[in-house]
Amino acid sequence: MPSTAVRPVRIVVAKVGLDGHDRGVKVVARALRDAGYEVIYTGLRQTPEMVVDAALQEDAQVIGLSIHSGAHMTLFPAVVEELKRRKATDIIVFGGGIIPDDDITALKKRGVEKIFTPGTPLQDIVDWLRKRFPDSPAK
Amino acid sequence: MGENTDPVLLKRFRSGDVRALARAISLIERRDESVRELEQALRPDAKTPGVAGFTGAPGTGKSTLVDAVVSLLRKKQSSVAVLATDPNSPFSGGAILGDRIRMQRHALDPKVFIRSMGARGHLGGLSLASREAIRLLGAFGFDEVILETVGVGQSELEVAAVADTTVVVLTPNLGDSVQMIKAGILEIADIFVVNKADLDGYTRVMAELRAMLSLAPKAEWKPPILATVASRQEGVEQLWEAVLAHRRHLEKSGQAQALSEQRLRDETGEVAAELARRRARQALEDDPELARRLLADRTPYRTAEEILDRKR
Ligand code: B12
Ligand SMILES: Nc1nc2c(ncn2[C@@H]2O[C@H](COP(=O)(O)OP(=O)(O)O)[C@@H](O)[C@H]2O)c(=O)[nH]1
Ligand SMILES: [Mg+2]
Repeated sequence: MPSTAVRPVRIVVAKVGLDGHDRGVKVVARALRDAGYEVIYTGLRQTPEMVVDAALQEDAQVIGLSIHSGAHMTLFPAVVEELKRRKATDIIVFGGGIIPDDDITALKKRGVEKIFTPGTPLQDIVDWLRKRFPDSPAK
Repeated sequence: MGENTDPVLLKRFRSGDVRALARAISLIERRDESVRELEQALRPDAKTPGVAGFTGAPGTGKSTLVDAVVSLLRKKQSSVAVLATDPNSPFSGGAILGDRIRMQRHALDPKVFIRSMGARGHLGGLSLASREAIRLLGAFGFDEVILETVGVGQSELEVAAVADTTVVVLTPNLGDSVQMIKAGILEIADIFVVNKADLDGYTRVMAELRAMLSLAPKAEWKPPILATVASRQEGVEQLWEAVLAHRRHLEKSGQAQALSEQRLRDETGEVAAELARRRARQALEDDPELARRLLADRTPYRTAEEILDRKR
């Protein structure tokens, strides 16, 4: 039974841009579900505007992006900027995919909270969320 | 938390802020009482949207069909909200809500609002939460509300209890052949749709359905059986025509009035059950003596009556 006191964490996950590598995002979505989170998967070929719009309608606290196309340096910041434009900077952005270490450092400076690269154990992702949302680890 | 007593939520809601609507629905989902004030305040300007429910087995194409209906309604200039429910994991309580995938082309349309809900994430049941959400969506200005729910467990019955018109979606695939139709579905279906009519066997399914319905007791409304190819937007106009015809039937026959009264009664019963459950839980927490007696006597009925008889 979900607690009525805490706000359950809802996470919108998406593949942005022209990138068909959806295996990782699906595996992560399943792991998050099994950890008790509500995951709203919006599918492939999303634009930053679509993802943010979905997050607002779904009252999500988190946006999770998965990018393997090499376009991460434009797409991640575009989502962060769109959140600013929609006055929704309380929604955090994290994600994963094929992203070099140097780029991760740069992306963090631009407002992306956390990035997981290939080979990350799923439990690490769950643990990170639990720490990030200690009051409502799950439903 | 501040959000629970958000004094500006109402103002933001009234100004058409989608986030305020989304937040209010979250409050409903977790049965946060602060949303009651919002509902009270909104009541005067609340209009009642038309509510159509789509139910059927997973994979029958409900989301694709709803997406197609949304497109049609947008062409008719109606604003439309979709409440899509998927089951939660019975183990973790978490969920992957994937209905949106099929509807993302409407993502940037301000006259379309899509909300995914975990079916089990509701104390007091799906119908309770959807009813309240529908009222908020009406107050926000939506003309039409579409419910999508997977036909497993009780959820399709709960949707039928809330929707004006219930559309049961089947496919030509074997898994949901007519013999497999769950008991009770005949009673709730106002319209049958055989989707994926591009696949072999849909005429057989329609014929089987027709045969089955001919055995049903005579009623004023005979559920039509329609064929659609949701992925190609085919048959969708006829489907919506049938929804409107059913709506007219409800009005003309006086059932619309009767239904809305029945719903208020049902909802009152559900809310009363919820409040009673909350009181019982609280009483057992606050009164260790009562809890001790319950454990010693093992008499939940007597304890429940005692709790409900108590003055507050
Ligand atoms: C499988 C695969 C494919 C499959 C994809 C199947 C599918 N539906 O997913 C197919 C064969 C279709 C494919 C095609 C292509 N691929 Co490919 N593919 C791979 C491969 C071998 C594995 C990817 C994978 O599924 N890993 C398993 C999952 C579980 O891991 P993951 O996605 O990394 O996810 C983990 C983390 O990144 C993170 N994560 C990922 N997403 C998210 C999201 C959130 C919210 C969070 C929190 C975490 C998170 O957590 C996961 C768990 O640890 C990689 C190489 C590699 N070693 O990564 C190349 C790779 C990604 N592909 C590549 C390329 C170039 C292509 C193609 C363009 C052409 C080609 N050369 O084959 C096409 C493009 C297809 C398209 N439409 O986009 C390159 C990308 C290069 C780059 N970006 O710099 C790679 C890196 C191979 C390489 N070394 O060149 N590919
Ligand atoms: N062949 C065919 N496939 C369809 C049709 N409508 C939907 N689908 C496909 O059926 C699958 C399930 O659709 P979805 O809308 O998610 O079903 P739901 O689980 O009932 O919501 C998807 O792959 C759709 O593309 C149709 O009319 N014909
Ligand atoms: Mg669906």
